[in-house]
Amino acid sequence: MTVGVLALQGDFREHATVLRSLGSDVVLVRRPEELAGVNGLVIPGGESSVMDKLTRMFGLAEPLRAAVAAGLPVYGTCAGLIMLADTVLDGINGQQSIGGLDISVRRNAFGSQTASFETDLDVPVLGGPPVHAVFIRAPVVESVGPNATALATVADGRCVAVEQGNLIGTSFHPEITGEHRFHEYFLQKVRSAGFRS
Amino acid sequence: MTDTTSTEQFGSSRVKRGLAEMLKGGVIMDVVNAEQARIAEDAGAVAVMALERVPADIRSQGGVARMSDPDLIDSIIAEVSIPVMAKARIGHFVEAQVLQALEVDYIDESEVLSPADYVNHIDKWNFTVPFVCGATNLGEALRRITEGAAMIRSKGEAGTGDVSEATKHIRTIKGEIARLSSLTKDELYVAAKELQAPYELVAEIAATGKLPVVLFTAGGVATPADAAMMMQLGADGVFVGSGIFKSGNPQERANAIVKAVAFYDDAKVIAEVSRGLGEAMVGINVSDLPAPHRLSERGW
Repeated sequence: MTVGVLALQGDFREHATVLRSLGSDVVLVRRPEELAGVNGLVIPGGESSVMDKLTRMFGLAEPLRAAVAAGLPVYGTCAGLIMLADTVLDGINGQQSIGGLDISVRRNAFGSQTASFETDLDVPVLGGPPVHAVFIRAPVVESVGPNATALATVADGRCVAVEQGNLIGTSFHPEITGEHRFHEYFLQKVRSAGFRS
Repeated sequence: MTDTTSTEQFGSSRVKRGLAEMLKGGVIMDVVNAEQARIAEDAGAVAVMALERVPADIRSQGGVARMSDPDLIDSIIAEVSIPVMAKARIGHFVEAQVLQALEVDYIDESEVLSPADYVNHIDKWNFTVPFVCGATNLGEALRRITEGAAMIRSKGEAGTGDVSEATKHIRTIKGEIARLSSLTKDELYVAAKELQAPYELVAEIAATGKLPVVLFTAGGVATPADAAMMMQLGADGVFVGSGIFKSGNPQERANAIVKAVAFYDDAKVIAEVSRGLGEAMVGINVSDLPAPHRLSERGW
């Protein structure tokens, strides 16, 4: 099983390390041809405006959209969640997303870095103890459309994790806390989807 | 700092270091006004450094260089949605308090400004906002991390457009880390003494083969090829100060450096983005700078 990690910017190496530790082969993806043969894709944390710009400039955005439409399993963290959102409420001039998740997201929804935090979250779909989640200038899901499902909320009720079919998005970063359950959950989707590009 | 009303924890090392993790593979650009900040964000900067004068101007105009006017920082924060960093003088903990109150996303305790304390750096553990600090070698980096820095940038020689010091510093830091990994446990005690850094941190680096925080490179990066070279030498990302807005075509050069950092190992991309950029910043050879004017020698 080969999982791609979008490697244009951000903490892609951390995702690659987690995925390898769970037994996946990992391909770093920066060019359209590197998408060939992946059974799933992770879009890491980073700066969504930069990832958007580079995916379009290097011809990845359209192939990604096509692959998502064809059922490619994708897990996005933070900037990756923004990239997967159908609607970005406050992108920079001209910012686009790949889309796929029937949600609206707001970037930096908690405020500046001094408002970044870590906390424990209940994530019923994963079972077991709470997830220790790190939020770094994190987005929130402001509205969840009928096709998407909320997986977790913070104490004030705002949604910070969603799924829809083969897509998962989280506002926080399991890849930097040693929390592997989201990646395992994603890899189950990858296995059962059996996607081939 | 812990919020006592919930389980949410603010300003932890993980949160502070985590923002730097998200900036990896990116370019942080010096900007002196909202208009430049807009150009930087549109060009694909991962963050901007808000300051009143870029290092090349600080160098040519002389005088004491201090924290920027809060109005300037506010106007840049209002203009962009990417992280905004700002510089405090080495040891000037009140400038740092002010910058935290302004809600900048990162403070650079920077040798580019005139030091406010020639003995002590800021105790960075006292802050919720994270700090990045300069270093010319591993010992300096480890002392800054011990004081609470959540990100390190190799210093280079700011405001010159001469990349040779940046090369020297990233090579030095990387080389010293590699050397630590080859030492036996009993040798690490002496290494810690020589590095003037805590043994626990030295042992951790010997075991992991890397710093516990993100390492960017700065100081003299002026071209896409300069930036890509820093990445190939092992930097996690680059700061570009005077190199963009002191060049002939800032917008194109900013775009090109962003692409060169993402594709740092692909010479065809670097060749493509290097075409027709117009004049690079004029620059000064570091070897022509008298020692007292070398910023990288500030901090210890």
